[in-house]
Amino acid sequence: MQKETAKDGGARTPVLSVKDVSYWYGAKQALDDVSFDVYSGKVTALLGPNGAGKTTLFSLITRLFDAPTGRIEIDGRAAADWGFKALGPLGVVFQQPTLDLDLTVKQNLRYFASLRGLKRKEADERMDRALSALNMKERIGERVRSLNGGHRRRVEIARALLHSPKLLLLDEPTIGLDDPTRAAIVRHIHELARTDNIGVLWATHLFDEIEPDDDLVVLSKGRVVARGEAKAVVAETGAKDLGEAFRRLIVGDAEEDVAV
Amino acid sequence: MSFLHYVRAFRGIVWRELLRFLQQRERFFAALVRPLIWLIIFAAGFRAALGISIIPPYETYITYDVYITPGLLAMIQLFNGMQSSLSMVYDREMGSMRVLLTTPLPRWFLLVARLFAGVLVSLFQVYAFLAVAWLCGVELPPWGYLVALPALILTGMMFGALGMLLSSTIKQLENFAGIMNFVIFPMFFASSALYPLWKMREGSLTLYYICFYNPFTWAVELIRFSFYMKMNWEALAVVAGCTVVFLALSVWAYDPSRGIQQRKAAPAAAG
Repeated sequence: MQKETAKDGGARTPVLSVKDVSYWYGAKQALDDVSFDVYSGKVTALLGPNGAGKTTLFSLITRLFDAPTGRIEIDGRAAADWGFKALGPLGVVFQQPTLDLDLTVKQNLRYFASLRGLKRKEADERMDRALSALNMKERIGERVRSLNGGHRRRVEIARALLHSPKLLLLDEPTIGLDDPTRAAIVRHIHELARTDNIGVLWATHLFDEIEPDDDLVVLSKGRVVARGEAKAVVAETGAKDLGEAFRRLIVGDAEEDVAV
Repeated sequence: MSFLHYVRAFRGIVWRELLRFLQQRERFFAALVRPLIWLIIFAAGFRAALGISIIPPYETYITYDVYITPGLLAMIQLFNGMQSSLSMVYDREMGSMRVLLTTPLPRWFLLVARLFAGVLVSLFQVYAFLAVAWLCGVELPPWGYLVALPALILTGMMFGALGMLLSSTIKQLENFAGIMNFVIFPMFFASSALYPLWKMREGSLTLYYICFYNPFTWAVELIRFSFYMKMNWEALAVVAGCTVVFLALSVWAYDPSRGIQQRKAAPAAAG
């Protein structure tokens, strides 16, 4: 297992390790030998244009389908060997909204809590905490259908955190949100990674969601074209900012899909 | 994963389905109105035209509305099975299926829990229909209402599993109405729901064999016999066998490494 040296000198085991993963849809290769690690307490940004393979990678990590080649380790154990139990440490916010629109916020969260085996009382306490942190507590009795996109996203993030996951997967969670909401979610997730020591894998194609200290994996046409701390990747490419670095890295690829 | 985790997850899945059902009152009334039209209009018209001879499980002459009641109960359950499958396709399209499938529990368990939730909903509909039918004068043996419950659970499971299997093969919500009509009406009409098999045989031998090999026929017969506190072992074997086969195929179809879900995910997950 690949390990990283922590600031205190000890070796850290990644909470998620993706090794040499490839994937094909028929004859079309979606992922080509993808490898990277995600560590607790850090946000790892998975940056790539549309069609780079980010969602495919998320589907493999969440076992919506299996990786035919390579190895995915979650919390130090091979997902393929661990089977459905590998999903235990994961909290996921999918790109596509996944809340039940006809249920209230509370009913949605309770449903999820029961799927995760939480007791009713414990679930209610965690629900209160998670929703309060996202300024959504007063909306707990409202039907999801009546919430706007930003509020729905907050509920999904609260839901993904209910069972105290070790690894939070966010697949472009800010798509379609206005700038202040986006900024608030980005801030909250970074804070959460630090305070709760959660490893976060954040798929995005928006540069301003990435902080200089974040780990960065740049994915283009299914291949990892750069990885390391965001500021180091920028320095290595000799670019003045992440946007320019990204354009240099994926030169010839779908640049038009990338927004600043 | 502890045993309690399974219990809580099972309860959660059933609770969600019941909540959704309670919020969709139109679905409940539609489920009642459809068989009631058959019972009140169709059966009333045919009561005079069709004579039902004494065949097992009946020990005396019965009216036509009594004869078709088990078929209408099976129809309610078939519609409910298809409705559950529609709900699964909808959940998949809307994304909420992902929440279920990324739960750290075996997929077969999640599907069975979902299936059982659908059966519970169908039982509400069945007994509501029986209450209205009773008010309309359709009287079945009093103990039959209780004794038929296990049979109704099993037939509900079979139709739910069939719906689940269909949901794994349907790519888009828009295709669903066509599939429903393609499945429901042939299954219902080519069965012993409306006419006894011997009567079919008199009319057409081919049609008789189609009805004979239709699992819906056996579901109807299992319900019919159980209401009269008799066991039709042949029907039990066919219904139990079909339930196992449909469920196994559904679990296979929803399996992350082998199923058709994976192939279907290709265009959607290319991002």
